[in-house]
Amino acid sequence: MSDSAKTTEPLLRVENLVKWFPITQGIVFQRHVGDVKAVDGVSFELYPGETLGLVGESGCGKSTVARTLLRLEQYTGGAAYYKGQDIFQLDPGEMRKLRRNIQIIFQDPYASLNPRMTVGDIVMEPWEIHSDVVLKSQRRERAKQLLDRVGLNPDYLNRYPHQFSGGQRQRIGVARALALNPEIIICDEPVSALDVSVQAQVINLLDELQDEFNLSYIFIAHDLSVVRHISDRVGVMYLGKIIEMGNDRDIYEHAVHPYTQALLSAVPLPDPTKRDKRDRILLEGDLPSPSDPPSGCNFRTRCWKAEDRCAEEEPDLIDRFDHGHPSACFFAEPRTAVL
Amino acid sequence: MTADDTSTPDWEQSLDEEVGLDPGAEHLLDVRDLHVEFPTDYGVVNAVNGLSYTLDRGETLAILGESGSGKSVSALAVMGIIDKPGRIPKGEVYLQGVDLLQLPERQLRDIRGERIAMIFQDALTALNPVYSVGWQIAEMYRKHRGTDKKEAFAKAAELMDRVRIPSAKRRIDEYPHQFSGGMRQRVMIAMALALDPDVLIADEPTTALDVTVQAQVMRLLSDLQDETGMGMILITHDLGVVAEVCDNVNVMYAGRVMERAKIHDLYAEPAHPYTLGLMRSIPRADQKGRPLDPIRGQPPNLAAIPSGCEFHPRCNFAEDKCTVEEPPLYRVDEHRRSACHFWEEVLRVGQRQDH
Repeated sequence: MSDSAKTTEPLLRVENLVKWFPITQGIVFQRHVGDVKAVDGVSFELYPGETLGLVGESGCGKSTVARTLLRLEQYTGGAAYYKGQDIFQLDPGEMRKLRRNIQIIFQDPYASLNPRMTVGDIVMEPWEIHSDVVLKSQRRERAKQLLDRVGLNPDYLNRYPHQFSGGQRQRIGVARALALNPEIIICDEPVSALDVSVQAQVINLLDELQDEFNLSYIFIAHDLSVVRHISDRVGVMYLGKIIEMGNDRDIYEHAVHPYTQALLSAVPLPDPTKRDKRDRILLEGDLPSPSDPPSGCNFRTRCWKAEDRCAEEEPDLIDRFDHGHPSACFFAEPRTAVL
Repeated sequence: MTADDTSTPDWEQSLDEEVGLDPGAEHLLDVRDLHVEFPTDYGVVNAVNGLSYTLDRGETLAILGESGSGKSVSALAVMGIIDKPGRIPKGEVYLQGVDLLQLPERQLRDIRGERIAMIFQDALTALNPVYSVGWQIAEMYRKHRGTDKKEAFAKAAELMDRVRIPSAKRRIDEYPHQFSGGMRQRVMIAMALALDPDVLIADEPTTALDVTVQAQVMRLLSDLQDETGMGMILITHDLGVVAEVCDNVNVMYAGRVMERAKIHDLYAEPAHPYTLGLMRSIPRADQKGRPLDPIRGQPPNLAAIPSGCEFHPRCNFAEDKCTVEEPPLYRVDEHRRSACHFWEEVLRVGQRQDH
């Protein structure tokens, strides 16, 4: 899909998105002593009908990207254009309209559903705000259809979230996201909390719904296997930046950034015949603190290729091999068989 | 090591004699027909229903299962740390020929840490937040071996070095919250290995960690196992991790073993519909485009486990027989068992298709 999509206009264009969380000291007089640079200059485009995967380890800023795009967090800098309109410049009324088109599914199906509301109320709540989407008299019927579509018994409308398992709750979250017929659904680790047998059910459901409603997904996850399965294009994040971006083959078979290569080589594969036959890159140390990221290239403190230049100069995310797949490393080079 | 080196074997020997451990026993650990249940307001939850396995020196055994399969609870039972009102109505846990379930708590306490140790998934809750990590590691030597404080701390520092915590000497006085997730997990591994146990039970040791850190910790565990020759039980839900490090696998579902196999057999040709279903449910980072074929339905409520075969409501191979007759662990070959009436058919399907 993705190749043909590029000829069309992107639905969403994010330019140099920045989100810093202030660190303060003191109780009455709060002094601003620094910032957690959760997202520090992220740009990408999302085309109609495609799935863009954002993958990275905890603390890389992938969830903050999602929350900032929906203005659940106040942005610090940059712009995000939805069909040419800058999301960050909308007034509250316009923003409310926009949220109809961009919905989100959260990671934790136990925390993202109000325990005091019935499933029906949860799924129908978006229509309280956007009352023109479904006529009042038809809401129950439509909610039943939605439940049915996501694979839940429509008669469960009056049950409460605690009566459902994790996978079923995530389906309720999907039904709620679908209620307003959005164009974009941001999926923030939607299957991470689920067991593998149930995880596959939800992934398949998301796949089917995408075809049926021509949805675009931003799919955020730390699991590289899941992201490969569902995504058309993948952005790899490290410390608040996208360090490599490309389609499935670019990233999983021809990764050029050392971090992507290390990440892929660390993925445990469910295939014992590959044991000890893979080119393992074991990274030293832990993720640096995002409140004090290294100078120059973020990754240089853990990188085996780092030289003086990496500390002084920040590499841009640009296409370095004419492959059409950008990477942010001065010493980017292909490496075979990391998977 | 310090001067106290020579006293260690004496200590171990006296423990062996007191408890009657037999180093020549056939298996290092031999769990037989273990049952664990928890009475609740809604009925009795049968978490483990007849689990048996053996572990030998140097072996890495996986207990693979999803949440609620009883994999963690069975490990707690082996360690003898099931909280009330949980109870073990039936079963035996032989460590070198001695049934741990029959030992008085005082002797069990000596054995725990010394002979059999455990690391937990969440290091932040497993470690005590108000004591420094050095103190917590040193406590192992002080309580079990009566080592004096200074020497115990010296040993703790050595151990932190051994689990590759950078600048261990400087960090020994720091508290758990000052460590990153991966480093905390190393602290817990250090505590577990302090007394050179024969059996290490690792309960989802890397589940909370990022993939690059997970790789470091798994490498560390397998290096340490090579050094010490201990037997390791790895409890996990991750088919990838199992494929990377384990020799043998027990696949658990609803508190029972569904399939037991050598690692290569299990992945090449599953002999149980549940294993086959798991293999077909997982997306793979090294392949694209293969459609996922999930197991339908939800895992069972352990207070109301289905009749007959526990898995039958979700199984594509199920027939009437499965709803009434609980399948025994059929012998597939010398190393392989499957709790499915139709294992031969499953095996054929598994061989025919690339899952």
